[in-house]
Amino acid sequence: MPASYLWLIPLLPFAGFLINGTLGRRLPRPLVSAVALIPTFLSACLWVWLWFTMKAAGAPESIHSVVTLFGNNWIQISGFHADFAFTVDHLTLIMLGVVTCVGFLIHVYSVGYMAHEEGYWRFFAYLNLFMFFMLVLVLSANFLLLFVGWEGVGLASYLLIGFYFKKDSAANAGKKAFIVNRIGDFGFLLAMFLLIAHFGSLDFSTVFSAISQHPEWQGGFLTAIALLLVVGATGKSAQIPLYVWLPDAMEGPTPVSALIHAATMVTAGIYMVARTHTIFDRSPYALGVVAIIGAATAIFAACIGMVQHDIKRVLAYSTVSQLGYMFLACGVGAYTAGIFHLLTHAFFKALLFLAAGSVIHALSGEQDMRKMGGLRKRIPVTFWTMTMGVVAIAGIPPLAGFFSKDEILFRAFVSPNPIGKLLWLVGLVTAGMTSFYMFRLWFKTFFGEERFEEHADLHTHGAVVHAKSDSHSVMVADHEDHHAHGVHESPLIMTLPLMILALLSIIGGWVGVPAALGGHDEIGEFLEPVFSGGVQVTEVVSHSTELGLAAVSVLVALLGLFVAYALYYKKPGTAATYAQKFPALYRLVENKFYVDEIYGFFVTVLLMFSRVGLGLVDSIVTGLASASGASARGLGAIVRSIQSGNIRSYAGWLALGAAAVIAVMIFGHSLWLN
Amino acid sequence: MTVPISYYLVLAAILFSIGVASFLIKRNIITIFMSIELMLNAVNLTFVAFAHMWHQITGQIFVFFVMVVAAAEAAVGLAIIIAIYRTRQTLNVDQINLLKN
Repeated sequence: MPASYLWLIPLLPFAGFLINGTLGRRLPRPLVSAVALIPTFLSACLWVWLWFTMKAAGAPESIHSVVTLFGNNWIQISGFHADFAFTVDHLTLIMLGVVTCVGFLIHVYSVGYMAHEEGYWRFFAYLNLFMFFMLVLVLSANFLLLFVGWEGVGLASYLLIGFYFKKDSAANAGKKAFIVNRIGDFGFLLAMFLLIAHFGSLDFSTVFSAISQHPEWQGGFLTAIALLLVVGATGKSAQIPLYVWLPDAMEGPTPVSALIHAATMVTAGIYMVARTHTIFDRSPYALGVVAIIGAATAIFAACIGMVQHDIKRVLAYSTVSQLGYMFLACGVGAYTAGIFHLLTHAFFKALLFLAAGSVIHALSGEQDMRKMGGLRKRIPVTFWTMTMGVVAIAGIPPLAGFFSKDEILFRAFVSPNPIGKLLWLVGLVTAGMTSFYMFRLWFKTFFGEERFEEHADLHTHGAVVHAKSDSHSVMVADHEDHHAHGVHESPLIMTLPLMILALLSIIGGWVGVPAALGGHDEIGEFLEPVFSGGVQVTEVVSHSTELGLAAVSVLVALLGLFVAYALYYKKPGTAATYAQKFPALYRLVENKFYVDEIYGFFVTVLLMFSRVGLGLVDSIVTGLASASGASARGLGAIVRSIQSGNIRSYAGWLALGAAAVIAVMIFGHSLWLN
Repeated sequence: MTVPISYYLVLAAILFSIGVASFLIKRNIITIFMSIELMLNAVNLTFVAFAHMWHQITGQIFVFFVMVVAAAEAAVGLAIIIAIYRTRQTLNVDQINLLKN
């Protein structure tokens, strides 16, 4: 594919957004779907074309294209300039594939999932807007354009979390996501300012080649830039301490959780760290921070995920935890492993969310796992596909999650980082916890007795909203027959993406089978040109050690499975009795370690200061304004009293005036002119 | 024997002052109208007196103009007064304050 066509990839979804955003309200639903899906599909096709171009013999390692839509210089200010430029290398290629292909599958799924919702056109317009910004983000050739995409996906995320904006919790979750991300963005902005100050440019190529030409630059300002970038990445990728927005983001429709809050947008932080690895490679300190943040987030979120009851919240904490793995991978310099996990995670987590959406759909909006159970026979396709996702994320070979997670654990084990072994241990424990909470979800949802109510309810997910809205009767009217009875399997348009993603969750890991297991590690070779010259593994370990570590992680995963089996399948009541033995601990974890409350305290204090400040400014400004108003009014009141409407008083003033004129004529002469 | 100019002027001043005073004091609109005529005639008297004193005809011609204007004003003014009386049933100027507000 010629480089000059690159801009088409993001522009197509943007066109879909424009059409649906302006005309969507008046278009029939099938047309809205077509407008949203066709550009996304074409973008995916363009990606395939691009893939074959880049894989062809003799193809360059990266292609660069300046979009001259905004003239030759996008931004030019005295010496500094930035192009609206796209670049594609092997890293971008993987990200593009994830965004376009998984994105397209989720678009297809949404057609079924959102079929009975209000604001159908709005949903697809936002989804396409998200695709546009995400593609700009991964394609950008400089930090500034990356930032544009970065902010844009934040906007789309805000709009989609608050999709059911009539519900207070959804609107608040949207605001929370946006504001928490702003904190991260502030770090990113500062990093860009530092980059401009030191390099005079924000182009990836300029900055990275300048760094490679100066091997003596170690740490120092590079550490500062790297740490500020990490602040940005923790916001977008939901890491400690800025992870709090992601669980709340589950207020959005489930396809949104799958696309934005699992597969693509939240991985933007990992992508950014991987993209700027040249900077991180020069700062062992920043890398250590990334690794520690990642490991801490992984185990912390997994802890919380173990006791949540909302099916989507379990998946949300699982996402935070898996993103922690990716951070950990980047932190030990194993960028390839991080991107590999990003890829497999996109498959199985999108699958898990979509399958959870299918479960929720079947139960007419029920998300509480305590009210599920025994769904295995009722929704078999969802059950089997979700099983693939659960096994994949639990890290049981030969499914995708095993290879990527094992690669990360292995690289943590052999990393030159002094606490590498500890990081490995944390990762290993987290792997066991991951396996436990995923199988817990699996058993609680699909096995055991049926705890849900068979209600011939309406088919809406934001049930609370719709029950109150006026369009309720309309929704009843166009309700299809087969939706009128209780639990049922989702239509093919939803199960087909599930099946494709399940297949990808099974085979997706086979691109990175390590040499120790007889594979070729294709993804490692593929990304080699991008990440070459990174942190070198100092410790050389034999294949048997690698195999031993892999065996340990498989055992841990099986252990998690077994514990979940014992607690939630064999004797479903045991978990509750254990919980009662440690009530304080259980309550602490169930309430997410009260982090939201602690943050809430700071926010309250901040709000208090803001209110006081607002009051001060308000009183000064309104004081000034009302003082000037009052003086004008007072003057008016005085002057107005002359205009009494009384003819005789006018006559009196007239006479007085005339007398004054005469007085001036007679006496003025002697007063002034002498 | 000729009457000195000052006599005329004093008489005119007295007449004018009476006009002004009654303009301010009287409530009946017709009386006010009459006091305006009085003031005009006081001015006319000064015109005539000065015209006589300087032997110039201009002052006397001016008096004619003033009388013509006064006649026209009387015609219009009395018509307005009748119209006001018909609508308001009063000629008291203190109650005719529609211009206010």
